[in-house]
Amino acid sequence: MASTPEKDAVSGRETTGHEWDGIRELNTPLPRWWLYSFYACIAFAALWVVLYPALPFSTGLTGWTARGSIGEELARHAAEQEPRLAAIREATLEEIRSEPALRAYAMAGGRVAFGNNCAACHGAGGQGAPGGFPSLADDDWLWGGSLSAIEATIRHGIRTPEDDQARTSMMPRFLADGMLKASQVNDVAEHVLDLSGRATDRAAAARGAALFAENCAACHGDRGTGNREMGAPNLADQVWLYGGDKRAIVQSIAYARVGVMPAWGQRLDTAVIKMLAVYVHALGGGEAE
Amino acid sequence: MPDGGQALRLAAAGGWRQDSYVDGPIRAMAVATIFWGIVGFLVGVVIASQLAFPLLNLDLEWTTFGRLRPLHTSAVIFAFGGNALLCTSLYVVQRTCRARLFGGEEMGWFLFAGYQFFIVMAAVGYLLGVTQGKEYAEPEWYVDLWLVVVWVSYLVAFGGTILRRAEPHIYVANWFFLAFIITVALLHIGNNVALPLTIGHAKSYGLASGVQDAMIQWWYGHNAVGFFLTAGFLGIMYYFIPKQAERPVYSYRLSIVHFWSLIFLYIWAGPHHLHYTALPDWAQTLGMVFSIMLWMPSWGGMINGLMTLSGAWDKLRTDPGLRFSVAAVGFYAMATFEGPVMSVKAVNALSHYTDWTIGHVHSGALGWNGFITFGALYWLVPRLWGKTELYSKKLAEWHFWIATLGIVLYITAMWVSGIMQGLMWRSYDAMGFLQYSFVETVAAMHPYYVIRMLGGVLYLSGAVLMAYNLWRTVRPAPAALPASQPLAAE
Repeated sequence: MASTPEKDAVSGRETTGHEWDGIRELNTPLPRWWLYSFYACIAFAALWVVLYPALPFSTGLTGWTARGSIGEELARHAAEQEPRLAAIREATLEEIRSEPALRAYAMAGGRVAFGNNCAACHGAGGQGAPGGFPSLADDDWLWGGSLSAIEATIRHGIRTPEDDQARTSMMPRFLADGMLKASQVNDVAEHVLDLSGRATDRAAAARGAALFAENCAACHGDRGTGNREMGAPNLADQVWLYGGDKRAIVQSIAYARVGVMPAWGQRLDTAVIKMLAVYVHALGGGEAE
Repeated sequence: MPDGGQALRLAAAGGWRQDSYVDGPIRAMAVATIFWGIVGFLVGVVIASQLAFPLLNLDLEWTTFGRLRPLHTSAVIFAFGGNALLCTSLYVVQRTCRARLFGGEEMGWFLFAGYQFFIVMAAVGYLLGVTQGKEYAEPEWYVDLWLVVVWVSYLVAFGGTILRRAEPHIYVANWFFLAFIITVALLHIGNNVALPLTIGHAKSYGLASGVQDAMIQWWYGHNAVGFFLTAGFLGIMYYFIPKQAERPVYSYRLSIVHFWSLIFLYIWAGPHHLHYTALPDWAQTLGMVFSIMLWMPSWGGMINGLMTLSGAWDKLRTDPGLRFSVAAVGFYAMATFEGPVMSVKAVNALSHYTDWTIGHVHSGALGWNGFITFGALYWLVPRLWGKTELYSKKLAEWHFWIATLGIVLYITAMWVSGIMQGLMWRSYDAMGFLQYSFVETVAAMHPYYVIRMLGGVLYLSGAVLMAYNLWRTVRPAPAALPASQPLAAE
């Protein structure tokens, strides 16, 4: 246990005289650059506390606030965009689609709005996803593929309780609500498979045809080709919203599917919705009015 | 085995013996450090792979990123880091106080077993989805309560040992360890005040809500970094670097000034985690200026660590353990400069919520906490088991270079992807529209996620080499050795 300072041979400094388990320490003064840098940081901090809000209920000499700063930035940005957004708001969808300058602007804005709002469900390229998220890039539309139909769907949503103009229809839960027995659901499913030429049990499909005419044709049509007025999908093609194997079809008949989409009119500016309509229309399946 | 009082009398009489220290539990903690380290690094590699290849979430709730991520952070911080701190602090406090651990073997074993039980309970909860949803404070109330019992015992054991010390002064390493133990107790209790639904239910609700809850959470979260990963590990540095370099600590005065300034300033800096949020502007500014003032107090530790080597730099060539410790101080210096820079609001506007933050954390965690622990283990493990030499210096050198390369890959990938991500988020096209949708920024990061994953694989491989090397170092000599060697210990 050393108790008197000694001179360290390497550095020429004195030790403090303390020793712990063989460890000693030198009595080196604080490095100057370190001390002055520390003072400089403290001075900077003091300056900042005066200039910016740094104490409860104080504003600082600059009067800066985060809310004010972002407000200014948003206002400047909105002012820059406003002339072109106003033009979009005033033009009809068809004018936006056909007039090159408007169209270029709407496609650029629509692409961004689509990526930030729609891509999560419909995919980055509008290709859709299994489980009830339809492709927007083909011509198989549930509620219509014209510019105005697309705009209405975006604005009001599908089965959105908050919007009374939302696209709404309700398929019955045929098994769960006791409208069909399990064997009948099976028969109808065979018939639905038959509509696209895939039935494996002809007898069941034949029995199902009668049940289909009674229960399903009103919405899906006699030949199962669907009805856009009710958002009833075409059952005679190979495009399936919830899967086209028999298991998925039985599930759909027995318990129904009620897909929803938000009413974007409540969240997005009219100009953005119009740009989105033109953008989605151009993804590959757009139809004439 | 003498009790504490007897040990002191032995010491006073000059009859001190190494076996008077409590070392059994410390050996167990060293093993636990290595074990949890490898587990934690492995889970890190798994979740890094999941980010690069989402398929690896396996579509099972227990293996999704959301559940494995807290498993990784807790395994590396609390299991690996916590065991490293327990192991080294209890070793160091006994040696530098020349006093047997307060509470003796029983206390040591209780701390070991109690802490491992905490880790396992927490981890099981994460996988089953039991979580408070607070970063680094995910364990629910029943785990928190248990940790309080263990932690208070730790404080009693550590403080009690200091009180019965045979040295007139308290060594600087012990200041840092004690600050770490006391502050972590405060943070843990303060951030986890919660009421369970019922006494038989795992779910609880915290006392604070909204922005108050966020502020308390980041007072906790930032100081978990400050006191667990900085102050505690500075304690490790202050003992093991002078030991490895066999040189006196550079400056006692710097120790004092940087210790008190670090302790005082760190506790205020938490709001920089909440820049540009609902937190009032004044609290954000305070968090920023305290972070800037923290720069030099942090670097005081770097100076004392590096300058202690003056006169012993040549040892870096021959001692891979020391090389780890010194590189650790280098990474510490880098991370504690980067931190204040990122706390500046203008920088934070770009860096916040990006991978830059992840890169920053890992340059500290892999470089500083990991390396200082590896350095300490290479020195400590042979001594704890009464060996004089490491099994293979060559393997330790390989570990050093593999792990360093892993860190470089990791942090450069995250710098590039983080800054790219931040720039893509704020980039506008000529028409005034955002140039990129969010998903495009995710897609752009894929290559960097793969590089990060490779960095993690390298770091993990290095740790496996270390485990093998240390196991060969301590395993009993094979019976086939020549019988002519005298067995001095007998």
